[in-house]
Amino acid sequence: MLRVEDLHVAVGGKPILQGVNLHIKPGETHVLFGPNGSGKSTLLGAIIGFERYHITNGKIYFKGEDITSLSVHERAKLGIGIGFQRPPVLRGVSLGDLLKVTGSEENKVDELAESLHLQSFLERDVNDGFSGGEVKRSEMLQLLVQNPDFVLLDEPESGVDLENIALIGQSINQLLEKDGYCGDERCRRKLKEGRNKAGLIITHTGYILDYVPADLGHVLFDGKLSCTGLNPREMLGCIQKYGYADCTHCLA
Amino acid sequence: MQDELRQKAQKALDKSASFGEEIDFNSFNAKEKVHLYLDNLVDLPDEEKKDMLIAGVDVSEKERTGTFIQEDNSVIHASALQDGLEVLNIGEALEKYDWLHDYYWNAVQIDADKYTAKVGLEGESGYFVRALPGVKAVYPVQACMFIGQEGLLQSVHNIIIAEEGSELHLITGCTTGRHVESGMHIGVSEIYVKKNAKLSFTMVHSWAEEVAVRPRTVTVVDDGGVFLSNYVCMRPARTVQMYPTTYLKGQGSVARYHSVLVGHPNTDLDVGSRVVLQGEGSRAEIIARSLTRGGRIVNRGHLVGEQEGVKGHLECRGLMLSPEGVIYAVPELEARVDGVELSHEAAVGKIDQEEIEYLMARGLSEDEATAMIVRGFLNVKVMGLPEELEAEVQKAIALSDESTL
Ligand SMILES: Nc1ncnc2c1ncn2[C@@H]1O[C@H](COP(=O)(O)OP(=O)(O)O)[C@@H](O)[C@H]1O
Ligand SMILES: [Mg+2]
Repeated sequence: MLRVEDLHVAVGGKPILQGVNLHIKPGETHVLFGPNGSGKSTLLGAIIGFERYHITNGKIYFKGEDITSLSVHERAKLGIGIGFQRPPVLRGVSLGDLLKVTGSEENKVDELAESLHLQSFLERDVNDGFSGGEVKRSEMLQLLVQNPDFVLLDEPESGVDLENIALIGQSINQLLEKDGYCGDERCRRKLKEGRNKAGLIITHTGYILDYVPADLGHVLFDGKLSCTGLNPREMLGCIQKYGYADCTHCLA
Repeated sequence: MQDELRQKAQKALDKSASFGEEIDFNSFNAKEKVHLYLDNLVDLPDEEKKDMLIAGVDVSEKERTGTFIQEDNSVIHASALQDGLEVLNIGEALEKYDWLHDYYWNAVQIDADKYTAKVGLEGESGYFVRALPGVKAVYPVQACMFIGQEGLLQSVHNIIIAEEGSELHLITGCTTGRHVESGMHIGVSEIYVKKNAKLSFTMVHSWAEEVAVRPRTVTVVDDGGVFLSNYVCMRPARTVQMYPTTYLKGQGSVARYHSVLVGHPNTDLDVGSRVVLQGEGSRAEIIARSLTRGGRIVNRGHLVGEQEGVKGHLECRGLMLSPEGVIYAVPELEARVDGVELSHEAAVGKIDQEEIEYLMARGLSEDEATAMIVRGFLNVKVMGLPEELEAEVQKAIALSDESTL
């Protein structure tokens, strides 16, 4: 679904990513770890195509198409969605008005808003005076309405209290088509085979992994991905033990 | 007394205004045709109906409680549709009511500048709109100031009175016929909001490229009165200069100004709002949004506190959509006594790229995203306009978008 090849990205003239390679197949959920300022948001921003992230080298392919020079809008139209770490406030634009333009069927909006306890927020200006948790739930609501095939989530649980993390987790599963109930391994495998939606999630705490099953973890360090391949939860434990720089210890 | 006023006006004919380019009356000396009074608005030419609709004046009078139309300097229609509301030609009203002379050139000084003086000397067209005590209008009264003739100077004198305990809504749409490029409009409006009355006054300017506009409006609010003023200027006009002023004389009186200004290349808008807080516990709010696609906008605001304990806030935001334009925000606070609470915030800048990209990431194109942010910024919906007028205003903003893209 997504293939990133030898990606170099500079922000404000400063090189941040220096040769990132990443391959996410349909149905897969990957997790991205890394210290503050390592460039995790930069990678997501470059994949969706934000102007401030200058791609100096490398390519991004989505569904087989080279999207390296497409606009944000074109990438969104192809099926990429993003949940922001710190989204801007849109004055005078109500969340409800925004969802009317971005969604396909209007009637679903109310239902989805209700499931995220955001009914009363539809009238409010997007992100204006929202608390940390409300911002994240509103991001999830917007994504559910947009319904992308591939979703980038930048710290979806930061600033969210424990109860609401479960709610965020559920909506991520819904977004990634992981919300079907399965009792046994065979059923889970079947569910996975039928699933095409994929995602890349940034998390610091890993709390979200208690709710969202993920396939592969990566650590972003020194402008490159390292330690790729471990199960994300094991990787988190390993990072806690050895630190980001030495996560390679765990691979052996 | 009429002679006395004329003399004062005569002397002020060369008196410059404090702000704005000096207009030479001689460049607008088209000889005017007299237009006949129409009992039935349906008889208006279709083209004019459409032109008026853009400024919020709907000749079907659906959800309106009265209509006044002045074409050039002829009053072609004046009627009220609800008991207890009056809509008259000002000249006629002055003949009918002797007491009206106490309101006439009372809030606005006839010798304030050359423009008020010109209106004083030009004669008696304009509207008199009044809600009798306790009468609550269900829908707005609509008024249209229409310039149909090229190069004409339109002069207007309006008086609005919301009597004690009444509720009145007025929409004034000012526009030109589609073939008119140049003209001048001077409008004097004297507004009186009596005890516990509420008046909402919405003015929509939709002029043409070479029109010069000099409104002169003063409002006086009594005890417990509420005055809400909305102003929208969306289409190009060569020059608009106005600084409407409200005197909150009464105890607990309230004024709110909300203006939306859209500047275009070669337009010069110098628009302010001033509130003088005199009554005990009076409150004022001034909200201004200006956006330029290349023209110059001076946005003034002035709050004057003359009574201890009054409160006022001024908020002025400007958005530059073109590197060519100028937005000059001039918020002023003036405390004349101790213990007043006046504040302001002003911000001028361009659209935040991050906001655009946020919307683009949700699937909007760059143009759609820009339009949505601009619409949100201008925030016309908080004005509480009738639905169709709001739709017209939104449409005009969108149209002016396309014309510059
Ligand atoms: N305009 C800028 N100029 C220079 N460096 C920047 C600019 N914006 C961000 N950075 C730097 O880019 C690095 C990566 O940031 P980011 O991708 O947000 O990190 P993360 O999401 O991993 O915490 C940080 O060191 C940050 O300070
Ligand atoms: Mg980040």
